[in-house]
Amino acid sequence: MAIKGAVVIDKERCKGCGVCVVACPNNVLALSKNVNGKGYHYSEAILDNCIGCTSCALVCPDGVITVYKVKL
Amino acid sequence: MAKELKLMKGNEAIAEAAIRSGCDGYFGYPITPQSEVMEHLMIEKPWETTGMVVLQAESETSSINMVYGGAGVGKKVMTSSSSPGISLMQEGLTYLAGAELPALIVNVVRGGPGLGTIQPSQADYFQAVKGGGHGDYQMYVLAPASVQEMYDFVFKAWEIAFKYRNPVMILSDGAIGQVMEKLYVGPHIPRWTEEELRKNAPWASCGKPTSRDHNIITSLDLDSAKQEEHNHKLQAKYREMEEKEVLFETINCEDAEYIFVAYGSSARIAQKAIQLGREKGIKVGLLRLITLFPFPKKQVAEFSKKVKGMLAVEMSAGQMVEDVRLAAEFRCPIEHFGRYGGIIHTPHEVLEALEEKIIKG
Amino acid sequence: MFNPDIIKPENLVYKKTNVLTDAVMHYCPGCGHGTTHRLVAEVIEEMDIQDKAICIAPVGCSVLAYNYFNVDSLGAAHGRAPAMASAIQRMFPDRHTFTYQGDGDLAAIGTAETIHACNRGENIVIIFINNGIYGMTGGQMAPTTLIGMKTATSPYGRTVELNGYPLQITELLAELPGTYYVTRQSVHTAAAVRKTKKAIRQAFENQKNKKGTSLVEVVSNCNSGWKMTPVEANKWMVENMFAKYPIGDIKVDGEKVKK
Repeated sequence: MAIKGAVVIDKERCKGCGVCVVACPNNVLALSKNVNGKGYHYSEAILDNCIGCTSCALVCPDGVITVYKVKL
Repeated sequence: MAKELKLMKGNEAIAEAAIRSGCDGYFGYPITPQSEVMEHLMIEKPWETTGMVVLQAESETSSINMVYGGAGVGKKVMTSSSSPGISLMQEGLTYLAGAELPALIVNVVRGGPGLGTIQPSQADYFQAVKGGGHGDYQMYVLAPASVQEMYDFVFKAWEIAFKYRNPVMILSDGAIGQVMEKLYVGPHIPRWTEEELRKNAPWASCGKPTSRDHNIITSLDLDSAKQEEHNHKLQAKYREMEEKEVLFETINCEDAEYIFVAYGSSARIAQKAIQLGREKGIKVGLLRLITLFPFPKKQVAEFSKKVKGMLAVEMSAGQMVEDVRLAAEFRCPIEHFGRYGGIIHTPHEVLEALEEKIIKG
Repeated sequence: MFNPDIIKPENLVYKKTNVLTDAVMHYCPGCGHGTTHRLVAEVIEEMDIQDKAICIAPVGCSVLAYNYFNVDSLGAAHGRAPAMASAIQRMFPDRHTFTYQGDGDLAAIGTAETIHACNRGENIVIIFINNGIYGMTGGQMAPTTLIGMKTATSPYGRTVELNGYPLQITELLAELPGTYYVTRQSVHTAAAVRKTKKAIRQAFENQKNKKGTSLVEVVSNCNSGWKMTPVEANKWMVENMFAKYPIGDIKVDGEKVKK
């Protein structure tokens, strides 16, 4: 059974700490080359192999990550 | 219901009044000469009758912060201590004032500075009425002169504390705390139910219902403009107290050429000195301060226009006398007399001081 | 955005709880305070006790915690939160009063209040963030600062001669009969976060069952104070802080855990 996930990152509230990047088992996330309104290199998904494990959201100090998941 | 007659120490009267006035919590630490407050509460066990919580804390610092916490959730809470303990509480007092919380603090003053002595004194006047802790704030300060007033002022304190959301201090002294006198006590006023608490203290952080935003009790605002605005609000409150809540008593002042200004134990001694003076033909009266803040400025000013001189009588090196002089604006001679460091002046000493410092002057 | 087709309410698996307000937290990027706040808020939501929770915020980095917890809150004087919580919980025994304190607040200036509240077995929850430094005031030495650690007030590294030993206050508090549950956790990985949340849940359940004092220490990074990136700081924390402050339960159901 395949699992597919997706993350929605509130990039304006993200402080670009990078803790989620390290926490992701599938290296889905990376800090953007661009910055948000506060000047932070926000986190964003760069791959489509998210499995919706929520690890990124769990370690995010600012609660900016919302996670979705479906079993296909 | 008929009033009951008791014979009690001033300190016990405070405790009795706490129970009967619907107090929710007392938090204290033993110190002479006021330990009977908590002792009486522990004997009475009000937690079994009214539900009032009584807790002996590990320090005065802790007691006052228990009071701060209790006040912040809208409870009627109090502590009592004596001078060195009250010094430790100054942190909590300024937080209470800054966060605009109602609470009752009783100071049964002893001689200082430092550990001083356990005997009565009135040398904590400045600390009580000029702040004590940091920042611009005022407590409402009541000065009882009898065991009955120790009792009555607890009720008055709750009224003012909740009306203005402000800490109230009963500034007593070791003599009033320790003396035993007749005392009329009234029926019990029940503690507030939670419904009453939420109605009377809607600002209290006692648990957020879905119907409102979360309440925050704090004295912090890092935005200086807002902090100044908050200070303006506090000052307006203190001015309103000065306008509406001044309490004093005049005794034998109608024909008086001289006035004693005094509060607490010194006022009672001054009353005897009036009698001695009048026996010698000296027309002297007494302005007894009941509130020390707000100070009866208008009354002092009026007397200063009429009389030949005023003697501030207090068991300190001269603290209240400064407020008397400010209010009188030097319109008449004003002197200070008082024994201190734990010594209580006699009526003869007081009269002699009037004769020496003012009449002969 | 990847996989936009699955972003539907029925597929939601994680979302910030409403027991946290929408205010942007002032904490530095990567700070464990935010994560711990969220876990406390999630537990409050899951136990459905938002109307009964009362938060006591300390003085320190989390001085403004009351802006983030969407529950009735009070700001304490430095170190005094356990005294406040003691009084509140005694007068409102059905509430969930919790303190949220840092190492300076709990283990230095508030040592007396902390020890005595724990010793009385006050039915309160204490959340204790230990990052070995005073973050708010600019990175000064804390009671929990490790030997050799450089801070603004130990610029050449903490020494025993000058500063004494790092204080293991949590082990000390576990010795007191009033504490019912004492544990040390962290929030640097997803697994650690899950464990910490479980611990916080346990603490609030204990309170519900009137068991006495529960204390959850969270060893956290202070990347600004330690002068590292958040990711480096977490690594340094695992290698250094955990040696002095080992993760795990110290006291469960009133009994010390045998090592």
